[in-house]
Amino acid sequence: MISATATRLGLVLLAFSLCACTPWVKPYERQHLADEVMSFDRDPIASGYLNHVYEAREASRGAEGSGGGGCGCN
Amino acid sequence: MPKVAAEAVVAVTKQAMRVIALWALLLPLVAVAEVLPPDRLDVMYHSYDGGGATIDGPSMLVRKNVADTVSVSAGYYVDMVSSASIDVLATASEYTEERTEYSVGVDYLHDSTLMNLNYSESTESDYRSETVSTGISQTFFGDLTTISMGLSFSSNYVGINGNETFSATAKNYRYQFNISQILTKSLIAVFSFESVIDEGFLNNPYRQVRYKDSSVPRGYSYQSEVYPLTRNSDAFSLRGIYYLPWRASIRGDARYHDDSWGIAARDFEVRYLHSIGSDLLLEAKYRSYSQTQADFYSDLFPYRNAQNFMARDKELSEFSSGNFGVGVTYTMPQRWLSVFEKSTANLYWDHFQFDYDNFRNVLDTDAPVGEEELYAFDANVIRLYLSFWF
Repeated sequence: MISATATRLGLVLLAFSLCACTPWVKPYERQHLADEVMSFDRDPIASGYLNHVYEAREASRGAEGSGGGGCGCN
Repeated sequence: MPKVAAEAVVAVTKQAMRVIALWALLLPLVAVAEVLPPDRLDVMYHSYDGGGATIDGPSMLVRKNVADTVSVSAGYYVDMVSSASIDVLATASEYTEERTEYSVGVDYLHDSTLMNLNYSESTESDYRSETVSTGISQTFFGDLTTISMGLSFSSNYVGINGNETFSATAKNYRYQFNISQILTKSLIAVFSFESVIDEGFLNNPYRQVRYKDSSVPRGYSYQSEVYPLTRNSDAFSLRGIYYLPWRASIRGDARYHDDSWGIAARDFEVRYLHSIGSDLLLEAKYRSYSQTQADFYSDLFPYRNAQNFMARDKELSEFSSGNFGVGVTYTMPQRWLSVFEKSTANLYWDHFQFDYDNFRNVLDTDAPVGEEELYAFDANVIRLYLSFWF
């Protein structure tokens, strides 16, 4: 069911993306977005380690937004 | 694993593979632009100290473009573990061990499609894991929308130190989908979904459950944990980051996890990043986490072999935790290390407090069996690293 939902979502996005959409935030308006303070993952080595700590101490896993860890840590 | 369950896992796996293959075919049709990640070297010392366990070690990650369209990366990571945790003190004695992980990866930019392929190997004295992962990423709508997908497969080998006759395996499949959307000139949001499938020997072979036993003076005994041979989980997250006019940002994350073992988990995080001049970034954050317990978890079973599946892993119990963190990033003057385009020194400290709702401290021997104090502990995590762009 999840896969079917993902397929439908993909087809909707594909249909939208084929239209001649005009971006509502122009390239010259994105200087703030390009600033490093707006990065979700400035330092992958550091965020990856913290996600590894979370996965070792919590039952929850996945959708962290960056690389997790995989080991049999106690 | 039961045949029916195995077939179900295979069917889900094949269906997810088809969806990802379809996406891989369609994405290049509507691609706009992607870029390779920058050349960069990170060297980190990491430390975890809490609950009687100390885990620290070095880590390194290097990435280099080898052509206009190819970037390669390599990673090295070590965990040096010294553990006298509550689990260890209850049923064993303090131990030390080391885990080493190597990883390599390649990113390939082709016709505006960014693809990556990674391999990693992790080795401990009683555990070995190999992981292959791949992903694809593209932007749409004039670069306002970025969609990425990934999948990974891990093969794990489980052993027991001092018991050469024990050997078990476990497999892990992960499927990820992310959509990042620029909403305004100052706001970006990301939705992520990840499905994880495990099959094989999933428990820690050393960990034990306790059950009431009136034949011994302390009133309880231990036996090995028994876990199901499969576990499926889905996780969803929504994150947003907003630019503040004084060159700062505020970020909010929310995540929900649900799995076939009956565990539901939620976490929320707020993070503030503040710049001082052009050289200094200061960060403060708070994260809250809570989860329900697994269906087959109990702190104290009524008798031996009370259920088909039994767990007393505190990570499968009901608990909540809070995590406060602060950090600083300093961009060093380029004249200090002129060989690099940019160099930063970074120090981040996180403090955790874990409070368990159904995991009792068996070292509290004054209390009656099953009425010991609830276990709680705090932990400190340090990340100290240098980053160099070249």
